[in-house]
Amino acid sequence: MSYPSQLKYTKEHEWIKLESDGTYTVGITSYALDQLGDVVFLELPDENTDFEAGDSFGTIESTKTVSDLYMPTSGKITNTNSDVTENLESLSEDPYEGGWLVKIKPESDASDLLSAEEYESFISEID
Amino acid sequence: MSRHWDHASKKESFSDRHIGNNDANTKSMLKFLGYDSIDQLAIEAVPESIRNLAKFDLPEALTEADALSEIKSISNQNIVMRSLIGNGYFGTATPQPIKRNILQNPSWYTQYTPYQSEIAQGRLEALLNFQTMIMDLTGLEVANASLLDEATAAAEAMSMSFSMKKKDHSRKFLVSKKANPQTLAVLKTRAHFLDFELVVDNISSKSLEEKPFGILLQYPNTDGSIDDIESLVQNAKSKNITVSVATDLLALCLIKPPGDFGADIAIGSSQRFGIPLGYGGPHAGFIATKKGLERRLPGRIVGISKDSKDKAAYRLALATREQHIRRDKATSNICTSQVLLAIMAGMYAVYHGPKRLKEIAQRVNSLATILHSALKEKGYEVHTQPFFDTIKVTGANSEVFIKKAEAVGFNLRKFDDSTILIAIDELSSLKEIEGLANIFSCKVSSNLNETANLPTELLRTTSYLQHPVFNSYHCETDLMRYIKKLENRDLSLTHSMIPLGSCTMKLNAAAELEPITWDTINNIHPFAPKNQTKGYENLLDQLTTWLASITGFHAVSLQPNSGAQGEYAGLLVIRKYQEEQGETHRNICLIPSSAHGTNPASAAMLGLKVIVVNCDNEGNIDRDDFQEKLTKHAENLSSLMITYPSTHGVFEEGIKEICEMVHGAGGQVYMDGANLQAQISLCLAGEFGPDVCHMNLHKTFCIPHGGGGPGVGPIAVREHLTPYLPSHPAFNSERSKVGPVAAAPYGSASILPISWMYIRMMGYEGLSLATRTAILNANYMAKRLEPYYPIVYKGKGGLVAHECIIDLKVIKKETGIDENDIAKRLIDYGFHAPTVSWPVPLSMMIEPTESEPKAEIDRFCDALINIWKEIDKIKKGVWPKDDNPLKQAPHTAETVTADSWSHPYSRETAAFPLEYTRENKFWPHVNRVDNAFGDRNLVCACLPIEAYQD
Repeated sequence: MSYPSQLKYTKEHEWIKLESDGTYTVGITSYALDQLGDVVFLELPDENTDFEAGDSFGTIESTKTVSDLYMPTSGKITNTNSDVTENLESLSEDPYEGGWLVKIKPESDASDLLSAEEYESFISEID
Repeated sequence: MSRHWDHASKKESFSDRHIGNNDANTKSMLKFLGYDSIDQLAIEAVPESIRNLAKFDLPEALTEADALSEIKSISNQNIVMRSLIGNGYFGTATPQPIKRNILQNPSWYTQYTPYQSEIAQGRLEALLNFQTMIMDLTGLEVANASLLDEATAAAEAMSMSFSMKKKDHSRKFLVSKKANPQTLAVLKTRAHFLDFELVVDNISSKSLEEKPFGILLQYPNTDGSIDDIESLVQNAKSKNITVSVATDLLALCLIKPPGDFGADIAIGSSQRFGIPLGYGGPHAGFIATKKGLERRLPGRIVGISKDSKDKAAYRLALATREQHIRRDKATSNICTSQVLLAIMAGMYAVYHGPKRLKEIAQRVNSLATILHSALKEKGYEVHTQPFFDTIKVTGANSEVFIKKAEAVGFNLRKFDDSTILIAIDELSSLKEIEGLANIFSCKVSSNLNETANLPTELLRTTSYLQHPVFNSYHCETDLMRYIKKLENRDLSLTHSMIPLGSCTMKLNAAAELEPITWDTINNIHPFAPKNQTKGYENLLDQLTTWLASITGFHAVSLQPNSGAQGEYAGLLVIRKYQEEQGETHRNICLIPSSAHGTNPASAAMLGLKVIVVNCDNEGNIDRDDFQEKLTKHAENLSSLMITYPSTHGVFEEGIKEICEMVHGAGGQVYMDGANLQAQISLCLAGEFGPDVCHMNLHKTFCIPHGGGGPGVGPIAVREHLTPYLPSHPAFNSERSKVGPVAAAPYGSASILPISWMYIRMMGYEGLSLATRTAILNANYMAKRLEPYYPIVYKGKGGLVAHECIIDLKVIKKETGIDENDIAKRLIDYGFHAPTVSWPVPLSMMIEPTESEPKAEIDRFCDALINIWKEIDKIKKGVWPKDDNPLKQAPHTAETVTADSWSHPYSRETAAFPLEYTRENKFWPHVNRVDNAFGDRNLVCACLPIEAYQD
């Protein structure tokens, strides 16, 4: 599996795209999707909700498990991807573009983000 | 002594019937394992530090006949009266075909939860009928497959409401003071450690200003009156407050359902739909809610999906929402339903249909109205509000009338010193009403003044139960055949062994079940006066004494009506004890990573913070990690929850030391008794460390699993915790330190005689041999299977306890075959799969129990070994990885006999893989069920009939 190098990653298996306007676009990695198996439900927050870093902002449910989605930084949810909640198959087909989940207006810069390379070696350790 | 004297004194031994193996079998199995005696084997499996082989105190075993005659004479001390007490429990007529074909039928009561949906289509359909019935009658869009009882359903509604709490809501939960007293009491217990502020009051629009996160109204009220709550509900909704309504299914046949006026949640009990009073249980509680909230519903939900040939198929939906995945984030620990009772209640609606149900409801209401008029005419003060079935008489001396009624065979409810309630039910008749009127020296009249007691605005206007299933089986022949049709789709213990690890699917002997349908056991109201329940008192006293003796604890509470609720009750006892010691700050609960998911969920329900302790490669607690976390959290340590033998089926060596360390840090030890089976007569949990443990009477002590409930989970405690056992408002509320955890004082009282019978017929020797045989059988299977499937964990000396785990990781890696494929292929061999992927991913946990004879155990091993050979063919490329008997399993008769067959293996291989299957073939009703499809497209009610016709 390869991970786009222009993105940043978290140990919670989320990817983050640092947009030019200072906002973050957040999704989950193909590794996480592979571990989850068939995704059956995605619960995303209302737009304009504020969260602290590390808070759970939603859940993703597969036939095997339910996982929380975590905020990589404190901030406000400015946008959620309703296309993907209605068409869950698209998540695994296109995780890094069409499969984005939320856009965040961060209060501060996220710390501890991993590069694609670092994320890859993190995965090889846990696998 | 003469030879004749010898012959004459021999008695039938029940343990010979309960235990599957005879002496010759046992000998040959021991030889296979290299042991001389069964004692030696069992003793070696248990660590020396905790071993206790001293005989515990139990009466000598009786024969089946003698035990039955003894329990008969005890139960005859109960006095069966016509109980018109109401308060959530009403007289009802169990339709005889339902009693005979379901309640008394091992094909319906011996299975476990329908995990393997392909061989559980019958009861899944029956449960779907139940869900549809609940949705229709409450006017809501989703219902689950039942909860434990009405009071705990109210508690679940409270937690569900809290999960939807908005930021501007307070931690207040408002409950109408006109709710049933046991509901209020259970809510109070639950709210305490969750830090909810429970306010019991008359709820008005004004009280909503306090911004509670939820409210609960009773409809009709406990005193029989019906409030028009529509505007109150609307008002609450405008403030985003979650509204729950506790309601009555029979009343809803006439009055407007909660869903029609905007309630979010409806809860209640389905008892009066044909389930005997049973001194309080078991009954099926229910919960229903609006669409969109289905993922917040606790418990099991049956849904419709499709199988691999696109045929509609049922299965448990949203299984991942179960707390075994959510763990400490779960808002509920419920992992069971009252399946057998829910099926019966659903079938009651199938049998009666909407028209007859309405007639019954109308009859009850008319009889109540006639009595009401008679009392009113005589000058009694009766309530003026609308009512359905319960009449309130005020201004009379309660004691006097209650005594008068008792003298002529009626129990009435004392509401207070000058108020009596009379609850009319399905069994009431005009003659009975005359008798009741007599007590009050008044006469009923056929030309009463027709004042409608139910005003038009309260009347139901929507239809219900229009689905064909509720309109097709109204004659007994049809119903009998419908039940049989469903029964044939389910694999039960009547067909073959169900080797589910950790579930202890042992025999539920006929003699044990005999008493539960006696009038003196199942026709007693839970709040009947004490002088009428002496039989129960004696029976339950004996049972608690025996259970304490068997486990080495000081006292036992029989109240918790499921295993998970036992966990909750046990932790509650610990927390209350610590609170009284001034140690409320102790809020950390250590739980090994291998624990069943209900453990962390139960802890979370008590406001405990869960700290997970790692396990080592052997499945034991990682001692370094444990030491570190114990030291770190010593100051705030409340408890350790530990399963013993471990969930990996091993007697952990260090258990005694671990318990000592927890005590040293000022904490308490809770033992999950799921695996108690392996301990009996080999060690005493009350002695080697735990302060409290729960027991699953539905595992270790023979109560049938009912197809997924009822379960019974009493707790046993050491002396210092005895004052903190759950109480009940009906009995001893003032003195008690801890409130109730269940609606009825003794939980599911009417099935406790099953465990009584088991212990009475086994005695110490029988129980001791049962444990030893269970361990022998598990080790025999482990050794037979090991050349093919690695055994994941073993204790010292290479022995397992009463169950073993086989590893499938290598198979999966080499062939792509996983645990699910093997589970489904076992169906073709006529077997229910063992527990899959728990507690270890890609594994199967097998528990044979003592009741299975060697021949059956061998048959099961042969099946698994033959499946291994099939996998080997896939590995060698004989069959492709995606088209082989495992990936295509299970095979229905329809598939195997279809005109076209395109697979690289024969139809014969598909259907008759081993010779014995020709003798005794079980055909699954559907092909493999697609779980993902069903969870993405959630349907939890009966499909319209056209959907079944292609």
